[in-house]
Amino acid sequence: MSTTADLTAARKMESVIELQRLANRLRAEIVTMIGAAGSGHPGGSLSEVELLAALYFRVLRHNPKAPNWPDRDRFILSKGHGCPALYAVLAEAGYIDHSVLATLRKLGSPLQGHPDKRFLPILEANTGSLGQGISVGIGMALAARLDKKDWHTFVMVGDGEIQEGQNWEAAMFASYHKLDNLTVIVDYNHQQLDGFLRDILDPAPLAAKFESFGWRALEIDGHDFNQVIPALETARAAKDGKPTCIVANTIKGKGVSFMENNPEWHGVAPRPEQVAAAIAELEAAAKKL
Amino acid sequence: MSSTTVPTTIAKFELKMGVATREAYGQALVELGKSNPNVVVLDADLAKYTFSAKFQKEFPDRFFTVGIAEANMVSIASGMALSGKLPFASSFAVFLCDKGYDQLRMCVAYPGVNAKFVGSHGGISIGEDGPSQQAVEDYALMCALAGFVVLNPSDEFCARALVHRMAEHVGPVYMRTGRPKAPIIYGPNDTFEIGKAKQHGQGRDAAIVACGLEVGYALQAQAQLAEEGINVRVLDMHTIKPVDEAAIAKAAEECGAIVTAEEHLLDGGLGSQVARAVAKSRPVPMEFVGVQNTYAESATPDQLMEKYGLTAPFIVKAVKAVVKRKK
Repeated sequence: MSTTADLTAARKMESVIELQRLANRLRAEIVTMIGAAGSGHPGGSLSEVELLAALYFRVLRHNPKAPNWPDRDRFILSKGHGCPALYAVLAEAGYIDHSVLATLRKLGSPLQGHPDKRFLPILEANTGSLGQGISVGIGMALAARLDKKDWHTFVMVGDGEIQEGQNWEAAMFASYHKLDNLTVIVDYNHQQLDGFLRDILDPAPLAAKFESFGWRALEIDGHDFNQVIPALETARAAKDGKPTCIVANTIKGKGVSFMENNPEWHGVAPRPEQVAAAIAELEAAAKKL
Repeated sequence: MSSTTVPTTIAKFELKMGVATREAYGQALVELGKSNPNVVVLDADLAKYTFSAKFQKEFPDRFFTVGIAEANMVSIASGMALSGKLPFASSFAVFLCDKGYDQLRMCVAYPGVNAKFVGSHGGISIGEDGPSQQAVEDYALMCALAGFVVLNPSDEFCARALVHRMAEHVGPVYMRTGRPKAPIIYGPNDTFEIGKAKQHGQGRDAAIVACGLEVGYALQAQAQLAEEGINVRVLDMHTIKPVDEAAIAKAAEECGAIVTAEEHLLDGGLGSQVARAVAKSRPVPMEFVGVQNTYAESATPDQLMEKYGLTAPFIVKAVKAVVKRKK
């Protein structure tokens, strides 16, 4: 891969403390942009922050200066409503300007309410109708195999999203076709729009389900970089014919105390005073890092 | 059209039977596979019937059967297209369009992905398997997906050519193919373009706009009507969307009356597309031959086409009715 060595120079954060500071910053940006938009999904955006940060700043092979690089790793946010976190990460990585974050959900903005390639071509897929991302990722993983390329496809799904039947069509297919170049990350924050999974349709035990479908399942704390990074690296390096599912236990609304573990914050924007309270809390937390 | 159920009031009009349009699809896929290494084909456990198995035999490494999982298939095709492949995904029309609809919208139409879809066993002419397998709503569903091209070829030559046009067109395309053998209307030298109707005859008393198997019936009706002194032209509207508005406007202007004929519910199909084009250009009386707000049943294809009002005599009747309404 000598011809691509210079392209793999995306900024990497080596230290966990640096990543933790990044995560804290991303959370402030998420709360601010959803507050400015007046609508959006803070809970599921805040729960996926460490996972996205670890992907874009440690694990993914990508280059913000060459977003169409054919050998880049692919990332699909199947839980499209969590896109504010992805947008914040893309800004931090240098794909989009930070100033664009303030245009979230506004007319003509590249930052649509759910990910939309038409407005932001660096995205790998349009998402928002749940349950389809793993299948799209399979298509990409098959294309990589046909072309004998070693790029990897990552798909993040929500735990409520897992209730959609298409995920299980995809789960059957990926292991049968030995797609070890595909990784699914479940943001297992234990809540969905109407409430807690346990009160609606609990997909537990998730890791066992994926294992029984022929996947490697890794269950981790999705907020602990010391668990997130090794799991992603293990998945990225897999060559044993098994796709990987990382079941990442997370807290919906993580980092903002009044949003944590409260299903009311699935799809409601914070009011200005709530944004201010959240930022104050995050700034205080940053000082302790 | 050698059916015993076609009433004898229809003049002797013989069209030689060719292969089914679904078989022509399989042949064209093999041609494409040879010329374009990026072509990949997916099917949902109906490859023998959609004839995508012809491609599978020639190019096993580029063929993917997903099992009975249409939603998964459509989204996989999207992912392949987004990674530079040119996927053709097929199943029965009713399963592909109805079961894969959200995926066709979300993963293909909305992002404008360059993927191709072919639904075989369109219409009620599949016969004995009955309504669960008979697509009578696929034109309407696929026309309601922004950016999709919607095709239904009338014979094997039209089908083969349109498969190549599908590959050349950048953007999502859906093509319906049929189960039964289709009468030969064209020859190997006929050319077809997406969005350009083929006109048969210059009659000015009325125009019959038809697609798929209905084109053969329309030509039968045309011959019968000529014997009775009514001269019509037939437009083979193999492209239902974007419909050939110029050809329709010309037909409305020159004939002053239009009949549409389709093997589809009258809601949202060819008749609706043509009616809009007529209303926009030169409003003239119209009559509509199609499936009337119902589902069919099990029987032979010929029995069903007659019982549900889709054969040549019904087109003749509609033409006579529309001609009477001319001012």
